[in-house]
Amino acid sequence: MMDIDVVSLARLQFAATALYHFLFVPLTLGLSVILGIMETTYFITKRPIWRDLTKFWGVLFGINFAMGVATGLTMEFQFGTNWAYYSHYVGDIFGAPLAIEGLMAFFLEATFVGVFFFGWDRMSRGAHLFVTWMVALGSNLSALWILIANGWMQHPVGATFNFETMRMEVSNFYDVLFNPTAQAKFVHVISAGYVTGSLFVLGVSAFYLLTRRNVDFAKRSITVAAAFGLCASLSVVVLGDESGYTAEENQRMKVAAVEGMWNTEPAPAGFNVVAIPDAQNHTNSFEVKIPWLLGLIATRSVTEPVPGINELVAVNEQRVRDGIKAYAALEVLRKDSTNPEARATLQQYQAGLGYALLLSKYTKDIPNATNEMISKAAWDTVPDVLPLFWTFRFMVALGIFFIGLFAVAFWLVVKKRLDGSRGFLRLALFSIPLPWVSSELGWFVAEYGRQPWCIDGILPTRLGASSLTTSDMWLSLGGFLILYSTLLIVELYLMVRTIRKGPEDYFKPHLASTPALAAAK
Amino acid sequence: MFDFETLRLIWWFLLGFLLAGFAIFDGFDFGVAALLPWIARTDSERRVVINTIGPVWEGNQGWIILGAGAIFAAFPPLYGASFSGFYLALIGLLFSMILRPGGFKYRSKLQSPTWRSLWDHLLFVGGVVPALLFGVAVGNVLEGAPFHFDEWHRLFYEGHFLSLLNPFALLCGLVSVSMLVSHGAIYLVNKTDGVINARAKQIASIGSLVTIVLFALGGLWVAFGIQGYVVTGGGAWDGPSNPFTKTVALHAGAWLTNYVTYPWMILAPVLGFGGAVMTVRLVRSARPMWAFISSGSSIFGIVSTAGVSMFPFLMPSSSNPNQSLTVFDASSSHDTLMIMLISTAIFMPIILLYTAWVFKVMRGTVSGQYIDENSHSVY
Repeated sequence: MMDIDVVSLARLQFAATALYHFLFVPLTLGLSVILGIMETTYFITKRPIWRDLTKFWGVLFGINFAMGVATGLTMEFQFGTNWAYYSHYVGDIFGAPLAIEGLMAFFLEATFVGVFFFGWDRMSRGAHLFVTWMVALGSNLSALWILIANGWMQHPVGATFNFETMRMEVSNFYDVLFNPTAQAKFVHVISAGYVTGSLFVLGVSAFYLLTRRNVDFAKRSITVAAAFGLCASLSVVVLGDESGYTAEENQRMKVAAVEGMWNTEPAPAGFNVVAIPDAQNHTNSFEVKIPWLLGLIATRSVTEPVPGINELVAVNEQRVRDGIKAYAALEVLRKDSTNPEARATLQQYQAGLGYALLLSKYTKDIPNATNEMISKAAWDTVPDVLPLFWTFRFMVALGIFFIGLFAVAFWLVVKKRLDGSRGFLRLALFSIPLPWVSSELGWFVAEYGRQPWCIDGILPTRLGASSLTTSDMWLSLGGFLILYSTLLIVELYLMVRTIRKGPEDYFKPHLASTPALAAAK
Repeated sequence: MFDFETLRLIWWFLLGFLLAGFAIFDGFDFGVAALLPWIARTDSERRVVINTIGPVWEGNQGWIILGAGAIFAAFPPLYGASFSGFYLALIGLLFSMILRPGGFKYRSKLQSPTWRSLWDHLLFVGGVVPALLFGVAVGNVLEGAPFHFDEWHRLFYEGHFLSLLNPFALLCGLVSVSMLVSHGAIYLVNKTDGVINARAKQIASIGSLVTIVLFALGGLWVAFGIQGYVVTGGGAWDGPSNPFTKTVALHAGAWLTNYVTYPWMILAPVLGFGGAVMTVRLVRSARPMWAFISSGSSIFGIVSTAGVSMFPFLMPSSSNPNQSLTVFDASSSHDTLMIMLISTAIFMPIILLYTAWVFKVMRGTVSGQYIDENSHSVY
């Protein structure tokens, strides 16, 4: 039905361009709010240094923002170019949040960001403050709608299959909007963005303190970053836990894989801190467990069991069998769309249809699939346990590290002991890349853990791709890698250069030109 | 509130509105970028030109995000068919558009003339390539694209990138380039003074005349050179979105029959020509703002002409015409169209309002003196 190489290339391209896009997004999310906080302080205190702070961090924000916008375009287009069948099959539901993102969020941030940079001398302080907050609001709303779309892929609610159009159609948009998975993901992702922005400001300011430059500037920046970062890092872990809780309800298989939990354990389940999963024999060859912990996180109770992989596979095998009935009914309906019996069967077993589609890997004749094929298809619903298990643990460890880092920063700010803590300042400086690492790991867990599905339980990944040639796919993938790598190098170079030159370089000519501007007015 | 048929028609209009909005707003960015190496010679001149669009280009890019999102949400099969069918063209479009942020944000951060000249040329690519490719895409849609669906509605595209670059499509590409370059020039007439202003006036006048000629040539080619498509049976306006339920025939000149069936549609080409003629007359007037408005109207007319000529087709199939995509068999469900309509009705006026405010705040010309005084903060 589908050339697997094209699918692999499409997945690779999506992964590469999404991870690349997410190098820019978290900093936009976090820094936009930090700019808002700084400029609000300027508005209240009227001290010019806060205006300079806003402007300087704004320069770094701008270098990053433009790339986020440009690479975001790729993400939207990619559903049409590389995932055409996906676009057809779920566009009725999935397209709406993307379009509303454009209407409500992207336009807002992108229109106001120009005025943020160019409008300082063209409007009142209050008007400019409004502009800055509109940029922050737009960025954050943008994340909301994208995560509503993404949340629906993880936990598809409010949609039903329509055999007349051969696709999923919206049945309850309210459910799509208030999808608990989407809400939890939204809070988790924006908190991660706030951590990224805070640690960026903290680390760069630490660099200035270490080199004894721009001390006032750096200390004020750290005050904002430490307070905001502490709240954000607590939120990202606590609400990441919320995300685990909703995943447990909706995506049991992902949780079981992330935890390396092959068999259902008596409640409350233990949490594997360390394990070596063995996918061949469906067990862990080594594990260290904290009793009770997983049961508490995942079910918020001590009596409910967390189902293991082996048990979930058995459930999914039944789903494949149900799906075969739905699939057979669909074939009848294609010839005779009014057949009442087939309509009723499809209605009854609709939830399994996606599971039956997993069989397309093994046979063209799905209604007559053998028991062996069905068992294989059921086992295909288990994602790769080993990489998920470990990336998840690295992410969590980093999350906990951030809480510690910001707590210390906050304490040093309150005690006014930043200057003497060179060890801490160095740690903060070298920690700058870590939030990016944890964000990328988080996306890996979320999306790789969703496999083998494009849309959980509805559309297998291997069916979602466009019917393209591998040569076209290689061409585009190669082009993206070259273009994106070059731009990233340029971006990093300019970022580092701007930071090294520092605000003193940036404001010299600005201050010199102020009388001229005043005269011109 | 609205029945399915009405909603589909509303969304067909909205799609035209959004794509025209994209051509008008992102269009002058493309035009200005395409003109950059030619209209501005010194570094100071080039910075003036770049900074005329510097504060607004990101917002303008909202139109393509929204246009693509609206196709995805309102006409999902069209989204998959056009984006995956015209694959390499879309990839080329993306690559050229991704070059633009560097041209704005990175170019003036270093002093090196080589560095700056490199970005100027990349900006040129980021202006001229999208302008050309959008026109080429419209040309190919008018001709019909070679695609079919299997029983699971999986799309198979049979053509290749090089076949997109056929003579008629290239003519459409040139219409698009000359229209957007003139539009960009008129924007510069409004936003600059001195030597750039004088050059821009000249380019705008010549460009608008070229657009008129090329657009007329395109019309003749549509009438006598390529075949249009006609629905000959089935295809109920309120049926399920399934492109298998109708029959379609090809006729020479069929893209003109709509102007007989629906005479009001003639307004589109009239606006296209009339706007361009007015632009030529107004570009040297004391109020060049009116030239910009008439140029925008001309673009609206030209984009709409392609849309209304094909009605009800959105993307005809040349290899399996019965499976062509139309307004009535490639839309989203009734509920999705309704949800999207409500969202658009709420947010579109707000977008227009703050966009207008931003243009008002940033009004006035950009001068060399302004660039010198703000050398560090502008692009």
